[in-house]
Amino acid sequence: MESVLGRYRNLIVLVGVLFAQILGLAIQVKRTSDNEPTRLIRIWAVGSVSPFEKVLAWAQTSTGNLWHNYFYLRGVRAENRSLKAQIERMSLEQVRMSQDADQARRLQALLAFKEQFISQTVAAQVIGSSGSEQSRSVFIDQGEKNGIKTDGVVGKVLRVYRSTSEVLLINDQTSGVGALLEKTRLQGILRGTPSGEVVLEKVMSDETVPAGEQVLTSGGDGIFPKGLLVGAVTKVSPGSELFLNIHVRPAADLSKLEEVLVVTKIDERQAEPDQTNAARAVDILAERLPGVPSKPEVAAPGAAQGSAASEPGAKANAAKAAGSEASSSTTVVKKAPASGPLPTGSSPAKSSTGSPVGSATNSIKASGTNSGSPGSAKPGGATAPVKAPAKPAKPASQPQTQPVQDSPQ
Amino acid sequence: MAITYTSGEQVEVYRFSIPATVLIPLAAVFLQAWLPLRFPFFTIFDLPLLVTIGFATARRSPLAGLLTGGLIGILQDALTHQPIGLYGISKTVVGFGASSLGIKLDVENAGARFLLTIVFYVIHEVVYFMIARGLVGLHMAWSWPHELLSGVANALLGVLVFMLLDRVKQRT
Repeated sequence: MESVLGRYRNLIVLVGVLFAQILGLAIQVKRTSDNEPTRLIRIWAVGSVSPFEKVLAWAQTSTGNLWHNYFYLRGVRAENRSLKAQIERMSLEQVRMSQDADQARRLQALLAFKEQFISQTVAAQVIGSSGSEQSRSVFIDQGEKNGIKTDGVVGKVLRVYRSTSEVLLINDQTSGVGALLEKTRLQGILRGTPSGEVVLEKVMSDETVPAGEQVLTSGGDGIFPKGLLVGAVTKVSPGSELFLNIHVRPAADLSKLEEVLVVTKIDERQAEPDQTNAARAVDILAERLPGVPSKPEVAAPGAAQGSAASEPGAKANAAKAAGSEASSSTTVVKKAPASGPLPTGSSPAKSSTGSPVGSATNSIKASGTNSGSPGSAKPGGATAPVKAPAKPAKPASQPQTQPVQDSPQ
Repeated sequence: MAITYTSGEQVEVYRFSIPATVLIPLAAVFLQAWLPLRFPFFTIFDLPLLVTIGFATARRSPLAGLLTGGLIGILQDALTHQPIGLYGISKTVVGFGASSLGIKLDVENAGARFLLTIVFYVIHEVVYFMIARGLVGLHMAWSWPHELLSGVANALLGVLVFMLLDRVKQRT
């Protein structure tokens, strides 16, 4: 017996080690709970590798900054002139857009529409990757102590360690993002493929999707704020069963990520109408449609308040505002190439709607692309001649930290 | 821990110092995680696998080979979001196989190392593929051209890595 054991010792150990690992693997596969604590071995592995990654990332950034900020200043004057001209053009555009934004806000207020505001972001640097083609995730240099929570449009924060976090990219095959097409408003689920491509699934094959159409987050997954640009449609082909196979090119080059913004808090507030320009829906329509009778005189703010309070629709609005919820999630978007230092901590972001993923959060503009959201429209408000709520609804009192949710797998 | 550092079964058996035994696999895993960020094509390489083969063929001890491979694989698994054990099992098999083969073959010349690395790269990928699909349920596509091309690329890099390992290995 001993001689047999001695003779096949290596094989027995091999079988034993393999059996132990397969058993461990089977246990992990069975436990697919999202709330499973991070395994100690992952903490050790990340803890032993990430300090070196941070040092290298810091050295690379410092060298790059030194070069770009002090040595390589060729063309700065020409660029300055070009930027000044761009500012002048944008100032003119801003006047037009602020008028449109005012109108959008008035309409949103009439519909008791709740906007999602990205109220806090954390700038993070990508310091490492999983190093595997089968696992498309990266590590960032911000972790639990920086307020990052698991949850997240380059990806979502999958695991949080003390000073680093693991981000599952949207092109990983286990990732899933609720998405919609910008013009056709068709909704689907964005998934990664084993080869690292991104496809939009669950769009019916009888729909027409043009190549080049932009894909935005739909907000339906409860993780990504609505309206962030994910990418553009590159190819559409008939897929399996009744669905189209829509290939999407991500807006951010996921293989060359350097810096990201992590959205750590999203507030949900009811739109606040501009009281100086309070107007009824019919008035707004009258500006646009020549067939509608000329607009009557707008009531004084005080009178409007009294009458609004007596309207059933207005009561409903007030109740909704009081009970408005604040949601919190951690979403990772790619940061635009920064011309200055990274904004850290609270960022005065206005709205995420329609903003590209590659935009810095504080440059995101408000837009009304989701003003017609059926889920946010109030039944009374849609049918009755609703007046604008005289008193602007307050933003959510205190943003709550909600439990982490995973994207649809 | 004689089993970890050497084996006395054959002549031409080498050992590695403790710092080399610990730091080289760690460096390989670290570079595998860091280099793809700067050079995305680097994901086709598997530095920890090359180190596993290099250690296994030099020590020529199946036990040391499978344990080294298993530990390096588990460390690599810990940096992915997949269940721990996928790389662990694959590299355990490769560590065992490479050291067993190293007992019987001359793996000192570059040509033999090149071929050995291609063979074990493919074995590694086959084992990984089978476990990932069969046990974990991942949707993976198998492409022979891709695997063979990656195998050749890894073998070329492997020849260089083995030359570096030759400089730190010590004759028993």
